[in-house]
Amino acid sequence: MGAGNVSDIGIDMRATEGKSLRLATGPLDRAQTRASVRAIADGLGLCVLSLPGIRCGGCVATIERALNARDDVMSARVNLTLRQASVTLAGPDADPVPIIEALAELGYAATPAEIAGAGDDDTDGASKGLLRAMAVAGFGAMNIMLLSVGVWSGAEGQTRETFHLVSALIAVPVVAYAGQPFFRSALSGLRHGRLNMDVPIALAVVLALALSLFETARGGAHVFFDAAVTLLFFLLIGRYLDHLMRDRARSAVTGLARLSPRGAMVRQNDGTFAYASLDAMAPGAILSIAPNERVPVDVRIVSGDTDLDRSLVTGEAMPVPAGPDDTLEAGTLNLTGVIEAEALRSADESFLAQMMRMQAGAESGRGSYVRIADRAARLYAPVVHIMALATFIGWVLVTGGDWQTSAFVAISVLIITCPCALGLAVPVAHVVAAGRLMRMGVLMKDGSALERMSEIDRAVFDKTGTLTTGTPMIGSIPDDPAMRSGAKALAQRSIHPAARAIARRLPDASAQIVDEVEVPGFGIQGVVDGRRARLGRAEWVAEIANVADGAASPAFAFEGGSSVSFDLSETLRDGAGDAVAALKGAGIPVAMLSGDMAERAARVGADIGIADIRHVATPADKIDALDALRSAGHRALMVGDGLNDAAALAAAHVSMAPASASDAGRTAADFIFLRDNLDAVAATWQVARDTARVVRQNFALAIAYNCIAIPLAVAGHVTPLIAALAMSGSSILVIGNALRLNRAGTASRAEPTRLAAGAEIAA
Amino acid sequence: MTILTILIPVTLCMGVIGLAAFFWSLRGGQYEDLTGDAARILYDEDAPLPSAKTARRAAMTKETTK
Repeated sequence: MGAGNVSDIGIDMRATEGKSLRLATGPLDRAQTRASVRAIADGLGLCVLSLPGIRCGGCVATIERALNARDDVMSARVNLTLRQASVTLAGPDADPVPIIEALAELGYAATPAEIAGAGDDDTDGASKGLLRAMAVAGFGAMNIMLLSVGVWSGAEGQTRETFHLVSALIAVPVVAYAGQPFFRSALSGLRHGRLNMDVPIALAVVLALALSLFETARGGAHVFFDAAVTLLFFLLIGRYLDHLMRDRARSAVTGLARLSPRGAMVRQNDGTFAYASLDAMAPGAILSIAPNERVPVDVRIVSGDTDLDRSLVTGEAMPVPAGPDDTLEAGTLNLTGVIEAEALRSADESFLAQMMRMQAGAESGRGSYVRIADRAARLYAPVVHIMALATFIGWVLVTGGDWQTSAFVAISVLIITCPCALGLAVPVAHVVAAGRLMRMGVLMKDGSALERMSEIDRAVFDKTGTLTTGTPMIGSIPDDPAMRSGAKALAQRSIHPAARAIARRLPDASAQIVDEVEVPGFGIQGVVDGRRARLGRAEWVAEIANVADGAASPAFAFEGGSSVSFDLSETLRDGAGDAVAALKGAGIPVAMLSGDMAERAARVGADIGIADIRHVATPADKIDALDALRSAGHRALMVGDGLNDAAALAAAHVSMAPASASDAGRTAADFIFLRDNLDAVAATWQVARDTARVVRQNFALAIAYNCIAIPLAVAGHVTPLIAALAMSGSSILVIGNALRLNRAGTASRAEPTRLAAGAEIAA
Repeated sequence: MTILTILIPVTLCMGVIGLAAFFWSLRGGQYEDLTGDAARILYDEDAPLPSAKTARRAAMTKETTK
């Protein structure tokens, strides 16, 4: 990943997924939304909206009815699986903002989704290609089996030869079409000097077909058309399931992706501001950044005061004030005031770009992980080939040069040992596990994540946004009712997170307020019930009232009166303590890595029982910490959400992020949990362990089957009938075993049952 | 035996027709939103997937009724 992915980092859901829906009202949001409309045929425009809020068919009906009734919508179609709506607009220049506003009125937050790039189209085509190959193989297998049953039940002479001929006519094109995924993979494996699982498959199928054609031509009794095609069919099922699972999880992840700052409002020569994309932004450009927008590149403030949420950059939860000459990193969220700022660096040199480069570097460390199936194939393929060759040579020697019989036996060895059950063992277990995780609200990127998860022996948590929700909470509240209602009235007028927390916490009805002004970086002031009052930084409040020295911010006071300070603390995420306790109980030491200050980190650590705390950690520190664990031979699970964690998530053996994480965090993480409860971490680990156990059992079943089948094959007792029975039998056994994961899951997880029950109802 | 020379081609033809129907439905996007389609059966005003042609027709009817 390089500079091109800088734009992947964007507005996190924390800003939007609060109690109220935030509309895309800023000039930047509008410009970006308009830019997301893509021209399609007939001069119409297509806008794909991501609607993470839709849950059921009812939502689909409501949205489609509302959108189709609008004059500016040509047609609208909601995809419940992807949680997206495709809206056809009157033209490529049409404005989708009113549609997004209409959806917000219905209660659905909508943002333009990324229109699938070329890469996505490729994998989509691959999964459809597999499905087609599977359908063709299934068709061939069924028809050839019908004919084979005729032969097995005693067709003789002319009839048998006709049946064989018809089978050959079906099998040749079917194998030529449906076998392509295997042939291609086997060829590329051989070209790189490796033996993968596809080499014995391709070899067995081609040899079986060739020998069967030869046997058909000379009117022999045994042909292997059915075995060759059925083998392809079963293996394609496994391959397709594997593909499907990855596709599902990935599309669900992209569906969550929020609007990222792909550009900014840049001052033109004539003094007006216009939208410009990130690539076109040069150092020295003057940008205007409105409240609730993210800083797109590294900038220095030229004019304007504001408060910033730097939690994604530093992990520091509390908003910090900023004014002229302060330098801001790309990715910082502007909270209260409009600022004008000068771009310091171009987009591909910004803090974001550096983070992305670190992440790409960290990911390569994990790239060497070999999936269980591939490891098995590495051992299995040479053994199978050597065995088949040995059988051939042995039979040639014993029969005194009867190469036809020898080839027949050798091919039956190849077919019967062909990793049909092995090919299904892993994907079926992973698909069932992915389904169970999905019901628990956990999305998984691919099967290897599940394998890596089952191996962890260390867990590392980020603090802000992961163990805590990232939203501040007020500890104690003042006793005086007048102060309380006054503070609430002022707090309600501000979108500052601290003010929102105060407004939420104070139960009183708010007082009458006039002339309120928000002073970015300081606080909010207004006339409450005839008296001037301020809520904000203690020094600023002290200008009009008596504030004790060293009073904490934010403070509130009426003019000339005494002040009260609100004690801001972080809210622990639900289930944080349980998750930590569950992991510790399973013998996995838990540590905390936080970019926040020592005192706050220690307080959270004490609350949930983590003693191993590293605070004020920069992104590089986090990677170093995880690399240290890796070189000490540990396999670490990293749970984090922020931009500053993204590289660490990629560096860890396996990683999880909440759905509220930054785009970068979600891209880097292997698992994403959609519910707010951290219980998901321990539950996912449990599912991973269960799955690893089932995969091991499946391998054991496949090996046990081979132990019985191989001696029979080597001895020459395997007729096509036995090959077909053995192959189907072992596959069904493996599938049945994997399906136990569904049931075993709910029964064996006695402790987190509460979660499972709740999750299943919610799903 | 002679009956087989008729029955086998008939079986194969039926199989091929089924396969073609599957390919057609796959290309038509009928497998893209299985969860959504399971719920769609319950709507009163459910309409088939709009193809490019019907989308244009819908656009034209909207223009005229406005």
